[in-house]
Amino acid sequence: MRTRLPVIICGVFGVFMAAQYFITAEPVTAMYRAVLDWMQIIFVCALLVGILNVILRQLKSAARPGPDRVYAGIALFGIALMVVLGFGWGIGRGSAFLWVFNNVQAPMQTTVFSLLAFYVASAAYRGFRARHFESALLIAAALIILLGRVPIGEMISSHVPAVVSWVLNVPAVAAKRAILIGIGLGMTATAIKVIAGLERAYLGSRTR
Amino acid sequence: MSLTGGVKRLTAIIGAVALAAMPKTAFAADWFAVERTPELVAVIICTIVVLIAVLTARNRKFYVRPLPGLEAIDDALGRSTEMGAPVMYITGWGGDLARPTTMASLAILSSVAEKSAAFGTPILFPSHDPVIVSAAQDTIREGYTSAGRPDLYRADDITFVTQSQLGYAAAVDGMMARRKPGAVFLLGTFEGEALILAETAHSVGAVQIGGTDSTIQLSFFLVACDYTLIGEELFAASGYISGDPLILGAVRGQDILKIIIVATLVIGVVLGLFGNDLISGWLN
Repeated sequence: MRTRLPVIICGVFGVFMAAQYFITAEPVTAMYRAVLDWMQIIFVCALLVGILNVILRQLKSAARPGPDRVYAGIALFGIALMVVLGFGWGIGRGSAFLWVFNNVQAPMQTTVFSLLAFYVASAAYRGFRARHFESALLIAAALIILLGRVPIGEMISSHVPAVVSWVLNVPAVAAKRAILIGIGLGMTATAIKVIAGLERAYLGSRTR
Repeated sequence: MSLTGGVKRLTAIIGAVALAAMPKTAFAADWFAVERTPELVAVIICTIVVLIAVLTARNRKFYVRPLPGLEAIDDALGRSTEMGAPVMYITGWGGDLARPTTMASLAILSSVAEKSAAFGTPILFPSHDPVIVSAAQDTIREGYTSAGRPDLYRADDITFVTQSQLGYAAAVDGMMARRKPGAVFLLGTFEGEALILAETAHSVGAVQIGGTDSTIQLSFFLVACDYTLIGEELFAASGYISGDPLILGAVRGQDILKIIIVATLVIGVVLGLFGNDLISGWLN
């Protein structure tokens, strides 16, 4: 029963969510809206459990001697500070909560995002080593694209940008669409397996 | 009758049947989104094909071409065990539990958890979604129990981190830098954090096995990861690992659907050459 009931609920709601996409009748759309509301409610409850999980884990780390203690302390201080600022003085324009968000969290996020530039360079360096035929093909394609995207490409020949456009619009798009069709079919098959109760790993069960 | 005339007559008959099948009355239009008829037909065809493929798959053996990314799982887990390091499993920031990609990833996680428990290697699972965390806890606990090592299960290692995308990337990067996993599985829906995580995993010397439904992030995984599951390989993986004939039957269903799609494309092109836009017009 521990597995059967969730599988039945999943099957019923899976079929309903697929059907409501094609049915425009008001009772069905009203039911769909209700389901979305319930999804939000379930998510908020799960989020509360998640936050509690984070706090408990950080408290355990802070209690244990070791390098994690400092990070756990900072995380707990951050959580407590934002809760106090948010509930104490609100989260509107000009509030301390928003000031901390804009001047501490946003710059930290920007910093992490800016790491991407360096990671792109290091990944490209590793990926563009001609270890085998496929790597050599990748390098050749990348060089052609790079040439076509900088002014020197057009200075070499006026055909270079046209070749680049062709590579991007024909073979690259063809490969991308083939992958997308495979992904779409994979998603459809997985959804059918879940609705039919064949795939149960998400319930922690593999028996049928 | 000429070939062109024959094709035109045939397509006219098919078109008439398709149009007759579409609901036209005001009552039907009130209840049914008529403009979505082609999608409904596609869904019905997909469902029938996959279900038939699954139902006829019992007691059959299937050949599945070797997938290097999945064959490397045992090696990656063995390497982590020899190093005395944990393995890390990441489903990405982009998905939730309603997404089939996350479901497919959890199916792979089930096998990875069972194998890592058999090796006695801890598994770390940081997530941005508390609902995924709850499902992953059940999946990993079941994997450990199946391997006969429920004592090794640690709920603290399967944790919610944050919903912020770059906060999540920073937290997981920090975990990688401190815990130094021997293998990192990046299987799920990834967005901008994909390359940050893959490159950090490389910098700590972990074997990376990646796979995603995002074609943009797939290109990053191809250059950054040691092994990459491309496109539908991610969705076929659970059947490949478990060897379950019913799940492999669904993979066979996907292959049949691919043949149908290619045949539709070829027929559409041929009809287009004869000046008939039945298929392209209907799909549009």
